[in-house]
Amino acid sequence: MSANPFKDKASPHSASAPPSAADYWADSLFRKLAMTCAGLIIALLAYILLEIGSQAMPAISEYGIGFVGGTTWDGSRDEFGVLPEIWGTLYSSILALIIGGIMGVTIAIFLTQEFLSQKVATVFRLIVELLAAIPSVVYGLWGIYVLIPMLRPVAGWLHTHFDFIPLFSTDLSGPGLAPAALVLAIMILPTVAAISVDALKRIPYKVKEAAYGMGTTRWEAILKVMLPTASSGILAALVLGFGRALGETMALAMLIGNSNQINLSLFAPANTLASLLASSFPEAGDLEIRALMYAAIVLLLLTFVVNVMGLAIQQYTMRKFEGKK
Amino acid sequence: MSELATPSASASASAKIPRLERQAWERRTLTNRFLTLLTWLVAILGSVPLFSVIFMLVSEGGARLDWEAITALPPAGFDMGGGFGNAIIGTLVMVAIASLISVPLGILAAIYLAVLGPASKLASASRFVAKTLTGFPSILAGVFTYAILVVNFGYSALAGGVALSVLMLPTVILAAEEAMKQVPQKMVDAAYGMGCTPTQVIWKVVLPTGAPGILTGVMLAVAGAAGESAPLLFTALFSNYYLESLMEPTASLSILIYNFSAMPFDNQIQLAWAASLVLVLIVLVFNILARLVSRPKF
Repeated sequence: MSANPFKDKASPHSASAPPSAADYWADSLFRKLAMTCAGLIIALLAYILLEIGSQAMPAISEYGIGFVGGTTWDGSRDEFGVLPEIWGTLYSSILALIIGGIMGVTIAIFLTQEFLSQKVATVFRLIVELLAAIPSVVYGLWGIYVLIPMLRPVAGWLHTHFDFIPLFSTDLSGPGLAPAALVLAIMILPTVAAISVDALKRIPYKVKEAAYGMGTTRWEAILKVMLPTASSGILAALVLGFGRALGETMALAMLIGNSNQINLSLFAPANTLASLLASSFPEAGDLEIRALMYAAIVLLLLTFVVNVMGLAIQQYTMRKFEGKK
Repeated sequence: MSELATPSASASASAKIPRLERQAWERRTLTNRFLTLLTWLVAILGSVPLFSVIFMLVSEGGARLDWEAITALPPAGFDMGGGFGNAIIGTLVMVAIASLISVPLGILAAIYLAVLGPASKLASASRFVAKTLTGFPSILAGVFTYAILVVNFGYSALAGGVALSVLMLPTVILAAEEAMKQVPQKMVDAAYGMGCTPTQVIWKVVLPTGAPGILTGVMLAVAGAAGESAPLLFTALFSNYYLESLMEPTASLSILIYNFSAMPFDNQIQLAWAASLVLVLIVLVFNILARLVSRPKF
C-alpha cells in the first residue's frame, strides 16, 4: 500500500486527495468481509446439512432405509418409521396444491387480466398479501375453532351418504386431513398467486393485443394465449407452493390430528413429517431424538428437491422472456 | 385480392361471410361469461378466510384484550384472568436477537452479491442457496439450532433468536440485493469517476440510496420472524415467568397460542385469541412500516 501511484500527482492546494493508505486498507478489508458473508450463507447450508446429518447418524445406521418404509413410531419400544408421515405430508400437500393452486392461479389471472380497475386491484393485492402475513399458529387456531366446526356437518353428510367412496370412509371427529389441507391451501395461495402474477406480467402486451386482434374473447385469449405463454412461470409457482406446503409445520400440527396411520379418507386424522417433529421433539428420549433428526433429513431432502426444481423452472422462464442471463 | 375489388364479386362473397359480431347467446360468449363469473367467485372465496380470521381476532381476541392481558403472567389450569406479558417481551427480545445477527450479515452478503461481484461464481452460488433457503421448512431451523446450541447450553432465548436468524438471513440477503441493484448505475459510475474506492462507493452512494429498499426487506423479514413458531418450539421452549436472562427458556406469543389452543379451558382459549390479535398487530405494524419506508414499485 506504500506505493500509492497518485501520491505525487496531487496538487497541494486541491480539496481532493487520493485514497490514503488507510483507505486502501479499509477497502480491501471491507471487500473481504463482504465476500466472507456471501460465502457464509453457503457455509450455513452446508453446516445445517452436516450437523443434522451427524446427529442423525446413529439412527441412520440403526434403521437404514427401512426407516422410510416403517409404519410405527413408538418411543417406548424404540421402533421408528416414517411412512405414514411421508404419506400424510404428500397427501395433504397435494390436496392443498390442487385447491390452493387453482385458486392462486385464478386470482393471478383476476389481478393481471384487467378484470378490475387499478384501485380495486391494489386493494385486492393487499388482501392476498395480508393472507400471507398472518402467522401459521393463528391459522391453526382459526382452523380449530372456525373451520373444523364448519366442516363437521359437511363431513358427516358426505360420510353417511357416500361412505363407499374411500375418500369419505370415516367421519371427521375433530382434527383431520381435510381441515389441515384447506388451511394449507389458504397458506400457499399467496405464494402461488404472487409468482404467477410475475409470470403473467412478463408477457409482452402485444401478445395479448395480437390475440384480441384475431377476434378472441377475453377467456379465449387467457386460456389459449396467456396461460400457455406463462405456463413455465406458473409451473414454477405451483412447484414452489408445493415446497411451502411440504414444510409447513404449526398449522398442521394443530389441525391434522397427529395420528400415524395411512388412510385415504379425507376426514381421518393423519400426520406429517414437520408436525411429527413439532409434536415429538420436546419430549423425546435420546434415541428418539436421533430418529427425529433422521426424519428431519427426509423432510429436508424432500423440500430441497422440490424447491430446486421450482427455482430451476423459474430461472428458465426468466431466461426465455428476457433473453439474457 | 383482385376479385374483392370488383363489386359483383364482393356482393356474392358477402352472402357467405358469417356474422362476425359477437352474439350474446353464442357458446363462446357464454363460456366467456361463465368463466368470468367463476373467477369472481374464486376471488371472493379466496378472501373469505382472511375476513373470517380478522372477524374472529377482533370479536374473540378484542373482547379479552385489556391491560391485564398484555401485562400479567399466563394463568395455570383453572385460574381465571392472567395474560401474556412475558410472551410479548419474549417475542420482541428474540426477534431483536435474530435481527442483530441476520441484518448485518445479510446486508454485507448482499453488498457482495449486488456490487462487488454480481457475476462471480460465489455470488451466483450464494444467491441460489439463499433462494433455496427461503423455501426451507422453518422447523428445520429449530432442529438445526437444537443440534448446535440446545444440546450443549439448554433451552434459551438466545437459541430461539439464532433459530429465527437462520430464517431471516436469506430474506434479508435477497431483499437487500434487490434494493441495491435499483441504485442507478450512473451514480455508482460517477462515484468511481471521482476516485472513490469501492468501499467508499458502497458506504456513500449505494447504501444511502438503497436504504429505503433495504429497510423494507428487513422489516418484512422481521414481520415474518415475529410470526414464526416452529423454530421456537424446542429452542426457546416456553416459560411462565418474565425474562430474566437470555440463557433460560423464554415465552413467545406464538408458542403461547399453540399451547393454549389445545387446552380445555375457556379462559386459556380466550387468551389465545387475544394473543393472536396482538401477534397479528405486531406483524402488521412491521408490514406497514415496510410499506411506508418505500413506496411500492408496482
